[in-house]
Amino acid sequence: MKKAILGGLLAITLAAGLLAGCGDKDKAASSSKASATGATAKARTLEEIKEDGTIKIGVFSDKNPFGYVDSDGQIKGYDVYFGERIAKDLLGSEDKVEFVYVEAASRVEYLKSAKVDVILANFTVTDDRKEQVDFALPYMKVALGVVSPDDALITDVEQLKDKTLIVVKGTTAETYFSDNHPDIKLLKFDEYQEAYDALLDGRGDAFSTDNTEVLAWALQNKGFTVGVESIGNIDTIAPAVQKGNQELLDWINNEIQSLAAEEFFHADFEETLKPVYGDSIAPESLVVEGGEL
Amino acid sequence: MQDSGIQVLFQGTNFLRLLEGLLISLRIAVVSMGLSMVLGILLGMVMTSNNKVIRFLCRIYLEIVRIMPQLVLLFLVYFGAAKHIGMNLSGEMAAVIVFTFWGTAEMGDLVRSALISIPAHQYESGFGLGMTKLQVSCYIIIPQTVRRLLPSLINLLTRMIKTTSLVVLIGVVEVVKVGKQIIDASRYTTPTAALWVYGAIFILYFLICYPFSRISAVLEKKLKD
Repeated sequence: MKKAILGGLLAITLAAGLLAGCGDKDKAASSSKASATGATAKARTLEEIKEDGTIKIGVFSDKNPFGYVDSDGQIKGYDVYFGERIAKDLLGSEDKVEFVYVEAASRVEYLKSAKVDVILANFTVTDDRKEQVDFALPYMKVALGVVSPDDALITDVEQLKDKTLIVVKGTTAETYFSDNHPDIKLLKFDEYQEAYDALLDGRGDAFSTDNTEVLAWALQNKGFTVGVESIGNIDTIAPAVQKGNQELLDWINNEIQSLAAEEFFHADFEETLKPVYGDSIAPESLVVEGGEL
Repeated sequence: MQDSGIQVLFQGTNFLRLLEGLLISLRIAVVSMGLSMVLGILLGMVMTSNNKVIRFLCRIYLEIVRIMPQLVLLFLVYFGAAKHIGMNLSGEMAAVIVFTFWGTAEMGDLVRSALISIPAHQYESGFGLGMTKLQVSCYIIIPQTVRRLLPSLINLLTRMIKTTSLVVLIGVVEVVKVGKQIIDASRYTTPTAALWVYGAIFILYFLICYPFSRISAVLEKKLKD
């Protein structure tokens, strides 16, 4: 008898969990596509962050030189350098920041679920994303570039017709090519490393993402050249906060404007990007000071 | 060139970090497996119930788990729970919940099939010898069930260890993610690192999964005697 009751209870709990699970699935599926606004968890206000004493910033951990982990396990890069400065100016010390390692495709979700306060993961400003999150002033600018092997160099987007182009899910390149060049076959990966491996293996004819990224990569990988250096619109990269988190947004905007006086982002460039790009890119073509293009 | 590729593994704290990542993978898998075993045995017993409604509900649960990709479940628990019910779980916690949800269903089904695979005459002979219900369970049914369960149980555990590589997508830095970080950090200096790092991860996975299958083989033999 006891067993039957227990069994019944268990079954009811399971069924309840099941129904709840099914209900959530639709919402999660639609919001992960970043199309619906959906529900959000309440983000921390500026006051709450100050009280807590640590700001949570989402960065990449595998996108050298913007956010990467060096061989001593330390997080480094252009975005991280800025993140540390934010912590210093907001909370008084560069150490008062917790870097959360995010993936390209789930950056919006991290903000919506309030798992981070700010995203500084090379987040390109787009109209679609503006509906989901609030962007602060830009601190960098980029266009798309296409890298391909020297023996089958792609110098014009037209050459890509009916060929396979590798892109990373959730990036501007994915949206740009599927909207403007539907005749190009896209091969999509979750992570940059996988995409580069695919290009090296010849699983695709070319790879496209931000030009900074492909230029740096082509410099280090003999046999590959950036045939198309700039297509698509010139995009800006900016910090993002959860939609409606106005105080934090204003604070970051003020911060970016006040940092212009000391040319902070030029210093950031010298420190983190120069060692990688050398003289192949002038700082002015990447860096944005004070949010002014 | 190949020499420098293998060096990446031993630069700085790289190898140590890989091991730490492995520990996280293993911890998620083992904790989930432990919980799954307890809950799965209960579920398995429930599943052999004569009540059609209960059996039907269990069936639906099992099918849902089998049909839904673990990745969807992970996103649902990690992001969905924070957004809809305000529960901000850590990535590791979310992973344990999802893997337990999955493991319980699989485990329950294994227990169910092991239980019904014991022929009726085993019960009847026991009762015929004057044993009580408890004695029949302890001395006849459970030992046989356990023996039938072991191989598939270990199989489930190793599958779980391997599936932990999905949790990178909810921000848990486990062994594969550490590997990717190492490859990326050195991609300008040592582009050949990928092969060595993935190779090392392969060996690490083997090193933790192999002992489990050995243990299962030994136990199986022991229980047979």
